Amino acid sequence: MALIEVENVTKIFGPAPKRALERYRAGLSKEALLAETGHTLGLADVSLSIEKGEIFVVMGLSGSGKSTLIRHINRLIDPTAGRIMVDGVNVLEMSNRALERFRRTTMSMVFQRFGLMPHRTVLQNVGYGLAVRGVRQAARDAKAMEWIETVGLSGYENQYPTQLSGGMQQRVGLARALATDAEILLMDEAFSALDPLIRSQMQDQLIALQAKLGKTVVFITHDLDEALRLGDHIAILKDGRLSQVGRPHEILLNPADDYVAEFVRDVNRARVLTVEVVMKPPQARLTGENMQRALDEMRRVGARYGYIVEGERYRGVTSAARLEEAVSGAGGNSQTLYDVAETGPTLAADDALETALPAALETEYPLPVVGDAGQLMGVVSPSEMSTVLAPPKANGAPLASRPDDERLAS
Amino acid sequence: MNDTLFLGERVGDWIRDATNAFVKYLVVQHGDTFEAFSNFLLQALVWLERLLRDSPVLAVLAALGLIAYAASRSLRLAIAMVVALWFVGTLGLWTQAMQTIAIMIVAVGIAVLIGVPVGVLTAKSDRARSIINPILDLMQTIPSFVYLIPAVMLFGLGKIPAVLATVIYATPPLIRLTDLGIRHVDAEVVEASRAFGATRWQMLTGVQIPLALPSIMQGINQTMMMALAMVVIASMIGARGVGETVLLGLQRNDAGQGLIGGIAIVILAIIFDRISQSVGARAQTHRHVAR
Repeated sequence: MALIEVENVTKIFGPAPKRALERYRAGLSKEALLAETGHTLGLADVSLSIEKGEIFVVMGLSGSGKSTLIRHINRLIDPTAGRIMVDGVNVLEMSNRALERFRRTTMSMVFQRFGLMPHRTVLQNVGYGLAVRGVRQAARDAKAMEWIETVGLSGYENQYPTQLSGGMQQRVGLARALATDAEILLMDEAFSALDPLIRSQMQDQLIALQAKLGKTVVFITHDLDEALRLGDHIAILKDGRLSQVGRPHEILLNPADDYVAEFVRDVNRARVLTVEVVMKPPQARLTGENMQRALDEMRRVGARYGYIVEGERYRGVTSAARLEEAVSGAGGNSQTLYDVAETGPTLAADDALETALPAALETEYPLPVVGDAGQLMGVVSPSEMSTVLAPPKANGAPLASRPDDERLAS
Repeated sequence: MNDTLFLGERVGDWIRDATNAFVKYLVVQHGDTFEAFSNFLLQALVWLERLLRDSPVLAVLAALGLIAYAASRSLRLAIAMVVALWFVGTLGLWTQAMQTIAIMIVAVGIAVLIGVPVGVLTAKSDRARSIINPILDLMQTIPSFVYLIPAVMLFGLGKIPAVLATVIYATPPLIRLTDLGIRHVDAEVVEASRAFGATRWQMLTGVQIPLALPSIMQGINQTMMMALAMVVIASMIGARGVGETVLLGLQRNDAGQGLIGGIAIVILAIIFDRISQSVGARAQTHRHVAR
């Protein structure tokens, strides 16, 4: 079971949400619900599974219900219907006391506008979660200092939030959330209010911290680039409904509907997609030293290039022509397959296509992808790369005609 | 004709009779309780008044200077306040000023004890607010003499009904400004404290009240000013002080004496205002959410 399970959560805002829920269940649309009953549908039957240790990004435009969704996880908002399980415990059944304890220990939160207490110093802000928990001042300050150092704010501990820049304030917010040692980190548009440069620094810092700490992060954003950069999984929310949940490349390559397709159209795909996505097994994988056997193998599968592997390690690439020459040529007996192997550039599985493409275009054979241990994982050709770089159409119905489609047709 | 339209003009009689019966009932049945309460308050008041009157004048002036400096961290302000109070002495109204200050401190103290919690209540509950707001309007508009009549019957003439009238008149702005201050605390900051598992009490004492403090200080300042506006009325029911000087001027047709009393009241108002304003101004640093 996943760490956080959101099951069929529906949230309706208004004076009599239960009655409005019945109307909605009876088939009333969001717009009709608002027009006829004055109730706003915030979330509609949203179900998510968030695994321990991943960064789960919820993406949507403003008004899509993403901030409402994240506030259900620590029950800052109560759902109208549905169930929320965290670590096997039903959050909705908690008493006030239990809920307070749960918020103190299990999850912490980072806010879009930082939510720092202006009358407390950086040190006091970072220690706030611990203070609420009743930790003594000395222990609290020591712990807070550690986190202030981790986020790179040493020397600012006695400043007030107003004296810091936006990026620094959000570092305080992040340190405050981390200081409680909570397993789950809820980040509500945490970097949206920051300058682009500072934002990407903060993203790097979050990724680095995540690699070190292995927290479970639920991250809300309206920025697809940010979602693709951070997310292990991405959920796309529209008008309170889930459009699609998947890994970043799945969303890019197979958008579930027009809405998602429209979203991913302008993404720099070469930067987001990695070699792993387009990697294929090599047509000819050559093992052993015998050139004749290697040549026979290549002829059998009809490959122009063969990739030579010794044990598990990748040794190089060779072409059928070169191999033929070597087999028929003089002194062929003294040569082994390894001698004809040509060691050219190689790629790593998590290289972005952007960085892989130049090298791939320069070589005439598909580039080998080599793992950390030197093993051959697969090969990538420029033509395969180009197939994923064009924005796909939505599954099912094609998109309404777009300018570039018309140009192609004419 | 008008007789029937106005229900025989009897409604006024009903209200009067009911009120009088109720006051009579209070006086007869609960007079002791009111007296006990009144005695307790009176003791505190008399002690404070005696402290101020019996202390050497220089000690009082020095204490004022220290308080003003502690509140503002400004030597100029502290000196100006001391000179202002000294000037009241030169008018020959030192004793009266001390009596007025004693009543003021007690009245404002009670107003704070009542006003801040009620303000918190109205900020937290819209229902409480909708009930309390009209009562506050009533307290601010109804002429003081109306509630002074039963107050004098219950507590007798003197300081206590004066304090009571002052509290009734001066507490509403503090309640309103406390309510406003707490409602205006940045919602995300309150949400952050909730998200970290703060209890309602921790939220109130750790976040809401500290951040509403500039507004609450403004309310206390308003309360002080309104309390000073009541001193002449207070003197009419037997409270001693600078108000009495004005009242005597009125009774003797002595415009000069009235003016002297008036000047003393204004000076006291300036002293209270400047000191409480500077406390409020200092509370304001680091109370804004950076944007």
